[in-house]
Amino acid sequence: MATQAARADERIAQQPWFRKAMGRPELGAVAGAILVFLFFAIAAGGTGMFSALGIVNFLEVSAQLGIIAVAACMLMIAGEFDLSIGSMIGAAGVIIAIPAVTWGWPLWLCILLAFAVACLVGYVNGLIVIRTGLPSFIVTLAGLFILRGLTIGFTRLITGRTQVSGLSPAIEADWLAPLFAGEVGYPLFKAMAGAGLIIARPDGEPLVSGIPMSIVWWLVLTAVCAWILLRTRVGNWIFASGGDPVAARNVGVPVTRVKISLFMFTACAATLYACVQVVDQGSADVLRGSLKEFEAIIAAVIGGTLLTGGYGSVIGASFGALIFGTVQMGIFYTGVNTDWFKVFLGVMLLIAVIFNNYIRRKATSSR
Amino acid sequence: MANGNGNRGAPLIDVDDISKHFGSVIALSGVSMKVNAGEVMCLLGDNGAGKSTLIKTLSGVHKPSAGEIRVEGRRVDFDSPRDALDAGIATVYQDLAMIPLMSITRNFFMGREPVTGFGPFRRFDVASADRVAKEEMHKIGIDVRDPGQAVGTLSGGERQCVAIARAVYFGAKVLILDEPTSALGVKQASMVLRYIAQARARNLGVIFITHNVHHAFPVGDAFTMLNRGRTLGTFRKEETTREEILEMMSGGKELADLDAELAEFARADDSPRARAQASPAAS
Repeated sequence: MATQAARADERIAQQPWFRKAMGRPELGAVAGAILVFLFFAIAAGGTGMFSALGIVNFLEVSAQLGIIAVAACMLMIAGEFDLSIGSMIGAAGVIIAIPAVTWGWPLWLCILLAFAVACLVGYVNGLIVIRTGLPSFIVTLAGLFILRGLTIGFTRLITGRTQVSGLSPAIEADWLAPLFAGEVGYPLFKAMAGAGLIIARPDGEPLVSGIPMSIVWWLVLTAVCAWILLRTRVGNWIFASGGDPVAARNVGVPVTRVKISLFMFTACAATLYACVQVVDQGSADVLRGSLKEFEAIIAAVIGGTLLTGGYGSVIGASFGALIFGTVQMGIFYTGVNTDWFKVFLGVMLLIAVIFNNYIRRKATSSR
Repeated sequence: MANGNGNRGAPLIDVDDISKHFGSVIALSGVSMKVNAGEVMCLLGDNGAGKSTLIKTLSGVHKPSAGEIRVEGRRVDFDSPRDALDAGIATVYQDLAMIPLMSITRNFFMGREPVTGFGPFRRFDVASADRVAKEEMHKIGIDVRDPGQAVGTLSGGERQCVAIARAVYFGAKVLILDEPTSALGVKQASMVLRYIAQARARNLGVIFITHNVHHAFPVGDAFTMLNRGRTLGTFRKEETTREEILEMMSGGKELADLDAELAEFARADDSPRARAQASPAAS
């Protein structure tokens, strides 16, 4: 027994703390976020990027992406892709806008309709992937075009245009809309402005009057999904479905149900994204959300999620979205030509994939 | 823990004249065998003999075309692997047992996670799951430093043991092990064999599929031979010898032929030209 204890101790000594940290999927994204912050703190320190307004700005960009990145990450962990997220954003936008503007529906009903359609789209995506056994990459790539085409076609058919605007009166009269575009924490910001901690306007009101709801949604969604993934049965099923669907099915994991539910979840997250945008801007455009599916996948990959499934972290995906938003706004603040953002994005993605691959080899190599 | 309760008369699992056809292919035709509690039944046979089809039928993946399966004397009809599991028949496949990127605990409880809490706050009881996984691993002599470590960091033999320990922990009465030792080295294989003997001591019935008579003979109590979808018979260990089993498994004549052929090559080795001719055939 004594020798066994000694052996155990010896083996623990072989696992230093940084190796343990290396085992966490979100490590790369957290380290990347810190680097990006340090960089812009130096490069854009004096430009107001880190004033209250600047922070809210880049957090809002991060939050919108974060909402879909978290959902895309969950689905990727379960071993599937959804490339129709971006088209779903556009579709959900006009589904909310057209009935409200053209037919005078109350906005809350339009929002519910959009979520119902999203559930249907996600269900159909999932069902086709499961039934045909085809890669979800191809199935949802088809979905990307079909959904975008339907959105453009129907919008033009009904309204004669590809943009629907004039939602503001409907938004102001609605009880559900503030849930997507309001702000929270006004008293706190007012007090902070009063104490001189943040910039106040001449009339004493704070320049930033609260935290936008999109940021709240992002944080809540990340927290809930992280909890589901790490601390519930369903979370274990998600990892198992992505890790090895056959093995999972053999021990009774409802793989089909898990995957279809997650396809519905990504479509609903896209709809949430659309709600935030439509309610915030008072208009919808059929082309909204283009390429967002790739940005969501990039954020998830930067966050340490494997393209092959079975491994990843929604906290990492959220940090991936944070890096994304920070760099996008940071480039704007530093005055660098925004063309360079794409280069940064590609390089970042490549580094993340190589790093993830290394981590996976480490995790699966037997000793 | 999972002690066989009563009913000494009926065998734990009784396969009675099972046939399985896939279209025009007859995979099994009239296979019968019995496994008692506290007994290791080795299922032997060459590739294509029907071993896989038989275990897939027993584990609920296939439905037999004819014949019946009785568990503790009661007739059973499995519609899915889940049904077989519920009846106490657990199958451990050679390579489909574990997910390497997931932790030992998560693999151990996959599909049957313990939960705690109520309503929307029902959650995976990680603390107790970690504890149980660690205890069960300790029982089979594997000392894991951290049940949260990925299964991919375990050796092949350890992975098989985790899979078997999982089946036993969840109340399996019959363990079907599909070539658990075939991909393992000597040391690792003996770890698995030791664990099979332990499972027998706990009064489980074990169906052990292997190609290797040196693995089968030490732990087996009975040997069932399959050939071209038929049973060649079941032999008790006391009635037979290692050599007899080996001969039946590989087809004695073929081995004798091979011996003669190899001897021929050895003689031909003297001339370089003959060696050049012989080597492709020998490989």
